Amino acid sequence: MSEITSLTLYELIKNIKEKKISSNEAAKSFVDRAEKSKKINVYVTENFENCLKLSKKFDDKPNFDLKLPGIPIAVKDLFCTNEVRTTAGSNILNNFVPTYESTVTQNIWNEGGILLGKLNCDEFAMGSSNETSFFGNVQNPIAEDLVPGGSSGGSSAALAANLTPVTIGTDTGGSIRQPASFTGTVGLKPTYGSCSRYGIVAFASSLDQAGPMSKNVKDSSILLEVISSFDKKDSTSIDFKRNNYSSELTRNIKGLKIGIPKEYRVDGMPDEIEKLWKKGIEYAKDCGAEIIDISLPHTSYALPTYYIVAPAEASSNLARYDGVKYGLRSSGKNLIDMYEKTRSEGFGEEVKRRVMIGTYVLSSGYYDAYYLKAQKVRQLIKQDFDQAYNKVDAILTPSTPSSAFKIGEKSNDPVSMYLNDIFTVPVNLAGLPGISIPAGVDKNNYPLGLQIIGKPFDEQTVLNIAYSMEEKINYKNNITDWWMK
Amino acid sequence: MVVCDNIFYHMTIDLKTVKHISKLARISLDEKKAEKLATDMNSIFEFIEKLNELNTDNIEPLTSIAETTLRFRDDKITSENIREKILKNSPEKNDDFFVVPKVVE
Repeated sequence: MSEITSLTLYELIKNIKEKKISSNEAAKSFVDRAEKSKKINVYVTENFENCLKLSKKFDDKPNFDLKLPGIPIAVKDLFCTNEVRTTAGSNILNNFVPTYESTVTQNIWNEGGILLGKLNCDEFAMGSSNETSFFGNVQNPIAEDLVPGGSSGGSSAALAANLTPVTIGTDTGGSIRQPASFTGTVGLKPTYGSCSRYGIVAFASSLDQAGPMSKNVKDSSILLEVISSFDKKDSTSIDFKRNNYSSELTRNIKGLKIGIPKEYRVDGMPDEIEKLWKKGIEYAKDCGAEIIDISLPHTSYALPTYYIVAPAEASSNLARYDGVKYGLRSSGKNLIDMYEKTRSEGFGEEVKRRVMIGTYVLSSGYYDAYYLKAQKVRQLIKQDFDQAYNKVDAILTPSTPSSAFKIGEKSNDPVSMYLNDIFTVPVNLAGLPGISIPAGVDKNNYPLGLQIIGKPFDEQTVLNIAYSMEEKINYKNNITDWWMK
Repeated sequence: MVVCDNIFYHMTIDLKTVKHISKLARISLDEKKAEKLATDMNSIFEFIEKLNELNTDNIEPLTSIAETTLRFRDDKITSENIREKILKNSPEKNDDFFVVPKVVE
């Protein structure tokens, strides 16, 4: 049998159910490997001792009816975990220990999952490279000095490095799909309202959505089934009939109509992305899908819209960090001075930039010109998708306009960093489900992903198409464990 | 300064505006950081101004993607005796209160 840490979630569950591996053995394997993998900096907070203890407890009284029986799982440090430090990658929450649990993580523990630790991410999920984290950048396991993507960069790196069998991230503009694409892993952003936002450190509330990240499509379907739930504690949680995503997973996608939006062929897109996309279209045809050319005319307005809506919501959400009730407090000569110093010392550069942009677009005299305008364009972007879905069942695009870049390469140019999310952002603005699956490599052998976008609440079709294409693509990550040498 | 033609305008965000916004956002900035932010914000807004190409006169703004009306709930207390939990993470407390710098002279 191959090493425990390199098993897929499905295989690990199977082995645990068949009593070939105990939960404690699994936990030990992941902890041992993490001890040898400090160099890639995926963990902000380790929960190793507790994980080992809880896994033993599981083995003493196992319940194999659970969906994640005794499975050790590391999660993005944006999910509040009861009595385990939760930082959101920020200095301002450096010492924050929640007294409550996010609904999504609670769903995982209810099904037998055990917390391994909290994974690094861009500060307040604002970033596309994990370089804005207060706790340092994360190394992409694919090659040294390469970013793992972001904001769920610790999650994507931990997965690719076999440090967790599966994980969860959050996606506001691409923060699950882009890091998945950069690390040769699978990442799914569900429909807005599928997974509860309760207990997730808020960034942009009308866009934020949690989702699974995994080594293959089947594993994402297993985890989605666990985390997707209606929750009264989130006023935007939607009560709809959720599928049994993993048992309904099928490779029969014959006759499904898949749209190819011409506007995603952007200026300056590297040839290899274009080639990958064409290859993807061929794979989809091989699977029996019908390919249809479509138009999403407002695509090029999505990023400018996003960079008004997201910072505006962020500036409101982050107003709560004032040094009074929790988090960092700097001393000041009066109350206002204390607020200003706390926020200046507590927030990093990117977060300040976005809070400033958000404050500006919401400030008196600019609200109509920017925020209202952006909300109207957001409507047009959503209508583009509504119209496309009269003709097709799903849409196929590249996940990102390039492969992973070097650490430091884009950190001084915010706009070029933002362009990374050009293919993922429209999906958040329209609240749709989208998955990134590994589909090939570039000239440096760095992974490239394809994105499948679905109709609202139709995660099953998205997963089925991904599952079928995954088999044809047959992508394998080549991880050399370079950080251990 | 506002430079206008038919559709495009690009407003320069000057240092004074940056400092005003930083006051509104309650983030103290030194001169050097304010200058850097002014540069960054101008390049970001240059990029954002693209939206002015679009006529959106009769478009309904999209405020929420979840097309549901907010649910009502019974006005009942669901969590009690959580004072300790609420105070647990406070940077400074005094018995049952959060402590802040003196506000009233």
